[in-house]
Amino acid sequence: MIKKILLLGGVFTASLFGAMDASTLYWASDAESDAPYIFHDINDYEKIIGFEVEIVDSIAQKIGKKTVFVQNDWDSIIAGLQRGHLYDIAINGIDVTPDKQRFVNFSIPYYITYYQLVVRADNKSIHSLADCAGKSVGTLKCSNAYQYLEEVGNVDIRDYTSEVNGFSDLKIGRIDAVLFEAPIDLFYAEPDTSLKKTGGPIGKIQYAIAVRKDDKLLLSQINRSLYTMQHNGELRKILERWKLWNPYTAAYLNDYSTVVIEPDGYNDFLNCFYKNISWAERFERYFGAWPFLLDAAWMTMKLSFVSMIFAISLGFFIAIIRVYGPMPIQLLSMLYIEIVRGTPLLIQMLFIFYGLPLIGVEFSPFVAGILALGINYSAYEAENYRAGLLSVHRGQMEAARALGMTHNQALRYVIIPQAIRFVIPPVTNDFISLLKDSSLVSVITIVELTKAYQQLTTNHYDYFGMGILVAAVYLLLGLPFVRFSRWAEKRLTYRYMRHKALEKKKIIF
Amino acid sequence: MENSKPLISVKNLSKSYEGHKVLGKISVDIEEGDLVSIIGPSGCGKSTFLRCLNCLEIIDSGSVVIDKIALERKSANEPISDDFHDKAHQLRQHVGMVFQAFNLFPHKTLLQNVMLGPLVVKKEKPDIVEEKARHLLRKVGLSHFAERYPESVSGGQRQRAAIARALAMNPKVMLYDEPTSSIDPEMVDEVLQVMRDLDKEGMTQLIVTHEMKFARDASDYIIYMEHGEFIEISDEDEIFIAPKDERTRRFLRNFM
Repeated sequence: MIKKILLLGGVFTASLFGAMDASTLYWASDAESDAPYIFHDINDYEKIIGFEVEIVDSIAQKIGKKTVFVQNDWDSIIAGLQRGHLYDIAINGIDVTPDKQRFVNFSIPYYITYYQLVVRADNKSIHSLADCAGKSVGTLKCSNAYQYLEEVGNVDIRDYTSEVNGFSDLKIGRIDAVLFEAPIDLFYAEPDTSLKKTGGPIGKIQYAIAVRKDDKLLLSQINRSLYTMQHNGELRKILERWKLWNPYTAAYLNDYSTVVIEPDGYNDFLNCFYKNISWAERFERYFGAWPFLLDAAWMTMKLSFVSMIFAISLGFFIAIIRVYGPMPIQLLSMLYIEIVRGTPLLIQMLFIFYGLPLIGVEFSPFVAGILALGINYSAYEAENYRAGLLSVHRGQMEAARALGMTHNQALRYVIIPQAIRFVIPPVTNDFISLLKDSSLVSVITIVELTKAYQQLTTNHYDYFGMGILVAAVYLLLGLPFVRFSRWAEKRLTYRYMRHKALEKKKIIF
Repeated sequence: MENSKPLISVKNLSKSYEGHKVLGKISVDIEEGDLVSIIGPSGCGKSTFLRCLNCLEIIDSGSVVIDKIALERKSANEPISDDFHDKAHQLRQHVGMVFQAFNLFPHKTLLQNVMLGPLVVKKEKPDIVEEKARHLLRKVGLSHFAERYPESVSGGQRQRAAIARALAMNPKVMLYDEPTSSIDPEMVDEVLQVMRDLDKEGMTQLIVTHEMKFARDASDYIIYMEHGEFIEISDEDEIFIAPKDERTRRFLRNFM
């Protein structure tokens, strides 16, 4: 029932080389999705739980496969499925819409729900969708709810990537209402006395499992399994466990019987989530999160170091040809710098990972992450080096040439050693920046520190303690590099200026 | 007869920048062992002439022959061939250059500055190079400063180190582009003394300078330049006592 999360590269590199195990069902979801869908167990951070996890487990068991969870951002979950070689199915509260049906196939629905308006408990003005006119209303990015609100007209619509943030903004009065899917309200709004539901159900949402268009066999296996689960009571049991059973689903399954099944999942969640915990318990919780954060931090570090080495080498090469190459090559490298620097890293990353496979170029997530970060930063590094090279006085080149050195010898022995000292501070700066930008790889299925932080915080609001914890980890990661560059800078400067400093009896280092 | 062939032979050397003529058809022969001073007003093309001899500037047309290495170009439109580049590269190895701004390598000690050329260009053995470099530093009076960085020595010391650096390549000719213009007056003489010593050893030297006294005392002859042309080439005393050309007279009047 409860899955160990498979973080990071191993599986993906394996799958890249065609080793995606046929006896395993690779399923994707975003563990940042909150209860009851899929979320980290507060009592054991390394486990993910939720009703969708249980549905997948049951299906896998029926078709005789093991399961492996693949983390991907909600935004790119369909793109990742379509791309192939990452995972077989996506299940993440994905509602069936004609838009998505153009790209992927959907199984039969496993749950039917609706949108629900939620307001602050003291609100008396909003009772229906129409009352939202002139108000600020939060909803989830790219959902049908957005359309409903647009149709009302004159609504200040606020996009959220996570519902939990919507609720907290609602509570502190930043917005007047939220329009989310009913299961979320059940877990985050209903138990909260400062919030209340208002008006009736809006729209109808069908959750189904997304499968690649060409995966006909798998689709029929999943449909058959779901069908069995619908009829042997298994599905209902799962839904009841999470207190999700509703009239819509009952009508869909034509099941109007009364059964009494304890909502264990729901109760457990409430116990954890709404309990006032002591600091001791809180620290115990953080301690539990540590292995998960450590894995994520290791990923951030690997990504950042490898990308930076790549960026520095490539940038160095580009800078040299930009400054000293023949004219057409100078122009090319200038173009490279402008294009790479002038377009968002996120778009580059999505392009490399989801776009390039369309023309047959496919990288594992880790390699794609390195490429995107490395290429993006190489443009900045190239400019750093260019500034460094240009800051070396042209008399240096002349003196070297006059000694009979070739152009390359002059660069190697005279110009570059001087340029390097100039570029240490800006390169350090960029490394720190890259360390943080590496968080963007969450869109290509990699879990690194920021993503881990989001996953751990969204299901229980602890932005404070967890925020400090993760910030500290980032600082610790950057520190060795900062120390190293200080040391290098000092060493070079010291050697260079030693005697002058001694003469003046003023040593500032 | 072999001896009478000039070490440096320049014929019809021309150079323009963006249509503006800097050097116009200059011709001159310089014998081995001569010390020649080039004087003239600012912007007259003296530095450019010197830089053309070392191919830091590429000539538009004419020819430069130094120690049998001949560089020739018909016109500024003629593409610069690889052969030209090769010869220019060879030529630089036989010609030492000293700059007004010293252009020592700031990231290296004086000793390393002197050693770098032979190590990188000639690929000589480090211990031999070091011995020679120390010898050269001693010769220019800097043996106690070998381990210092350029930042930490005076202008005169820097320029002497720069001369030692150029000498380390065993040049046939030394070119000096206003070698004392950036140096405090009390340090000028120590640099000029190095050049006098080299003259005694028979080094061929061309000096662009504003040091009239030095030009007069030390030169074998003096070239007066104006508007990119050699106005007068004459014996060191002659030019100061009885300049042939009115323009030379006018220029020197301001100095004397």
